[in-house]
Amino acid sequence: MKRAAAWAILLLGMAYFILPLIGMVEFSLSMKRGIYSFEAYRVVFADPRFRETFTYSVVMAVLTILFGILLVVPTAFWVRLKLPGLRPYIEFVTLLPLVIPAIVVVFGYIRLYNTSSWLPLTGTIGGTNLLLLFGYSMLSLPYMYRAIDTGLRTIDVATLTEAAQSLGAGWVTILARIILPNVLVAVLSGAFVTFAIVMGEFTLAALLNRPAFGPYLQLMGANRAYEPFALATIAFLITWACMGLIQLVTRLSKFDRAPK
Amino acid sequence: MSYLTLSHLEKSFGTLRVVKDFNLDVAQGEFISLLGPSGCGKTTVLRMVAGFELPSSGGISIDGKDVTHLRPNQRNIGMVFQAYALFPNLTVAQNVGFGLKVKGAPKDEIAPRVKEMLDLIGLADLGNRYPFQLSGGQQQRVALARALAPKPSVLLLDEPLSALDAKVRVSLRNEIRAIQRELGITTIFVTHDQEEALSMSDRVVVMHEGIADQVGTPFDIYNRPATRFVAGFVGTLNTIEAPVVDAATGTVRIGLREVRLGRTLPAGRVTLGLRPEAVSLAPTGREIALHGKIREVDFLGSVIRLRADLDGQILAFDTFNTAHSAPPKVGEEVTLGLNAADLLVIGA
Repeated sequence: MKRAAAWAILLLGMAYFILPLIGMVEFSLSMKRGIYSFEAYRVVFADPRFRETFTYSVVMAVLTILFGILLVVPTAFWVRLKLPGLRPYIEFVTLLPLVIPAIVVVFGYIRLYNTSSWLPLTGTIGGTNLLLLFGYSMLSLPYMYRAIDTGLRTIDVATLTEAAQSLGAGWVTILARIILPNVLVAVLSGAFVTFAIVMGEFTLAALLNRPAFGPYLQLMGANRAYEPFALATIAFLITWACMGLIQLVTRLSKFDRAPK
Repeated sequence: MSYLTLSHLEKSFGTLRVVKDFNLDVAQGEFISLLGPSGCGKTTVLRMVAGFELPSSGGISIDGKDVTHLRPNQRNIGMVFQAYALFPNLTVAQNVGFGLKVKGAPKDEIAPRVKEMLDLIGLADLGNRYPFQLSGGQQQRVALARALAPKPSVLLLDEPLSALDAKVRVSLRNEIRAIQRELGITTIFVTHDQEEALSMSDRVVVMHEGIADQVGTPFDIYNRPATRFVAGFVGTLNTIEAPVVDAATGTVRIGLREVRLGRTLPAGRVTLGLRPEAVSLAPTGREIALHGKIREVDFLGSVIRLRADLDGQILAFDTFNTAHSAPPKVGEEVTLGLNAADLLVIGA
């Protein structure tokens, strides 16, 4: 009886999540009256704005990931190695993006870095892109930091560092050849979450007026019927592909059974 | 001629002085053990030599060069850690070649050296394995090969056998010593295991509360302990509080019997030390005979440890096990023999 109730709850939960998805996919395939087709997808893929915004967001996502790795890996490593007392404060700082709305942040950016400020980043496309990159990095910080910090927790950072030092390695070598490869799965987890965040982000890109995928999704949603559902399905697949990649990388890691 | 010199080393963490005025001269090719209980400062001394801790004062020199303020990666010191510390993402061969690669050695130099090191530790076939695919003993051998591959000037071993089971520990300690002798590398070995220290070392430094209590050969440390701590820490020792009857002739009272040690003693009371193996169940041929009653019998295999009550003074002693004669029983009256020379007068 208990088992049956558990199954019922599980099926109910699955239905709660899956039925809307089925509805969304079904509707995205219904552009041609009376038959299922990929017409909405064809229209979306044929739209040059889709290609432009999608490419822009992918490039920004990759840059955000690289910037995040360069920022977070050394920080988390150093905090764990030399400043363990600071960990609660660093964790608190990395959680702030979850409680400060993106709109507050972007208005702060615009106020601080407008064309009449001391650092007029919004005055140029490159500067605005840079600002957006920092914004994306900030939004992904809670996930990136936590993923990498958890990865670092699974290895003996201090001893591995000392072992590498005794063999003549400097800090860059230690980070690049020892620490990073050993937390790669964690870094990739953070990277894929970052990718998903950047691909769907609307507020920062819209208010900084950059041609990102998020504002394009919104634009299509406001003006078309079937295409937004096709886009939503694509975005959903991207997110799930990222999740799948995290799992795949974790399983394929050659040394994931290393003694901790 | 000293190769590694530690002079007046001090280390404090906050107000806690962990190492106090530590001095040591190590000759080239010598195997020195730092022996002591947890918290005595032995690992801190080792970490200062490695460069992981900066001394509060004092200096460290290797081959006449002051290395006190050099970073760990500038000292050319090899180190083996208790927890192996092999890089999980690298194969055995890559681990062994890491130090050479970091130093920019050409590939055609690294490969033969890695092979040489793997041959040395007897793991030539396991170069392509990852650390998690090796046993603890194999991992520690790889760690040793990795530390030795860049030809370090000094090898530091930080309790490398502690994480291994007893059998592997014994065989690996023999291997480490054989490799050290073969390469002639100056080695400092940190351990809290007296058997390891005594069996492997040219000299042993017994540390206590940040101080080197005694530095000497294993024979000296065991047979001529300089302090009460060394006497108690190294080996098993009976301590006998004995009133001095005649300081000039060195006569003391043990139980109800006066024993003449034949050396001048301070007036009052002295603490005498006596190793269990110095006491014999048969007093024949011994200078001193003491009567007592057996209180405990511990069968340890090849040796039987007994405890006898000598008029209130409990004395532990050993006798070899033989299949043909049973050891004394609890409560049995015995006469024990010992020589005056075996009674150590223990200092402060």
